[in-house]
Amino acid sequence: MYVIVGGGGKVGYYLAKALRAAGQEVTIVEKARRRFIILQEEFGDAALLGDACEVRTLDQAGAVRADLVAAVTGDDEDNLVICQMAKRKFNVRRVIARINNPKNEETFQLLGIDETVSSTKLIYSLIEQEVEVADVIPLTALRRGKLEVVEVGLPKGAAAVNKKVRELALPRGCTLGLLVRGETAEVINGDTVLRDGDSIVAITPSTAIQALREALLGRGVPAS
Amino acid sequence: MHVVILGCGRVGAMLASMLEEEGHSVAIIDRDPEAFRRLGWGFHGKTILGIGIDEDILKKAGIERAGGFAATTNGDNTNIMSAQIAKAKFKVPRVIARIYDPLRADAYRELGIDTISPTLIGAGLCLDFLAARSWRSIEQYHAIREAPLLSPEPEGSG
Repeated sequence: MYVIVGGGGKVGYYLAKALRAAGQEVTIVEKARRRFIILQEEFGDAALLGDACEVRTLDQAGAVRADLVAAVTGDDEDNLVICQMAKRKFNVRRVIARINNPKNEETFQLLGIDETVSSTKLIYSLIEQEVEVADVIPLTALRRGKLEVVEVGLPKGAAAVNKKVRELALPRGCTLGLLVRGETAEVINGDTVLRDGDSIVAITPSTAIQALREALLGRGVPAS
Repeated sequence: MHVVILGCGRVGAMLASMLEEEGHSVAIIDRDPEAFRRLGWGFHGKTILGIGIDEDILKKAGIERAGGFAATTNGDNTNIMSAQIAKAKFKVPRVIARIYDPLRADAYRELGIDTISPTLIGAGLCLDFLAARSWRSIEQYHAIREAPLLSPEPEGSG
């Protein structure tokens, strides 16, 4: 696979290094000469001095044969332009943009760039989950974050305790998958009776996490 | 109509006063508070401190009811991104972006963003003056490519 990394800051540097270590062909593009010299030490001919927003730089980097362009500069507007140029001018199949302002995720999608990564958002969502829904622990995200696999611990007095699963009013799209009780785990079905101390592994649309929490724990259960 | 201008540099500030002169309402955005000093005492419009690729800032400037949007910062990409937001998200009827890099201006014109490239227009105007020719239209200046500019006899110059 041939990857062009736009932006040779810390993110670009380590990304290019990791890709190379994985045996992929990489060109890293940096417009600041001072920074470029550092990159040249590490990447040799695979470092290119130029502005990745410019058609001629992308051309020089061989964008026509690139499988992927990752725009990882510190400026959202630059990353947008790199991706749009790569996609529209050079028909690069896959483009990924780093974004700093989480609100730009939606804007980028509107402007045709679907794959974005926001460290601000990742860190924020970790903190948010910690603050608001401490008893719903995110395990992993599926479908680019549209679905989440979560673990819910049932404390004494939670709404679902001593109930059969079929009696619960679960939000649409939520599936209770596994029951972890003590050291054992079993698949949940409608007849499973939940007890306090149980942990449930569930799959839920990310928009329904709060509703799932309420269905299992009830309203106003203090975060443990 | 209401017009939102991004960038209170020489062009942005001048455009603001021209628009007001013609009776339009203006809101102008810049990230540097000092920049608004260019507007002078006569300016009646709104000044907003912030970056123009932030939708909240654009909303503060009244982008939702704007009939026009002009992106005149010295950052090509800021202008490109904000112009696209104004057009795609807020459906502003008339949107223009100033883009220094002629190739980028060209590429985005193809994508349906109206752009002005002062680099080509400025150089073209100087060229025509030096060659003692009459001025061309903006479209003709935008159509100038670097190669003909560098060749001794531009096409059709007779």
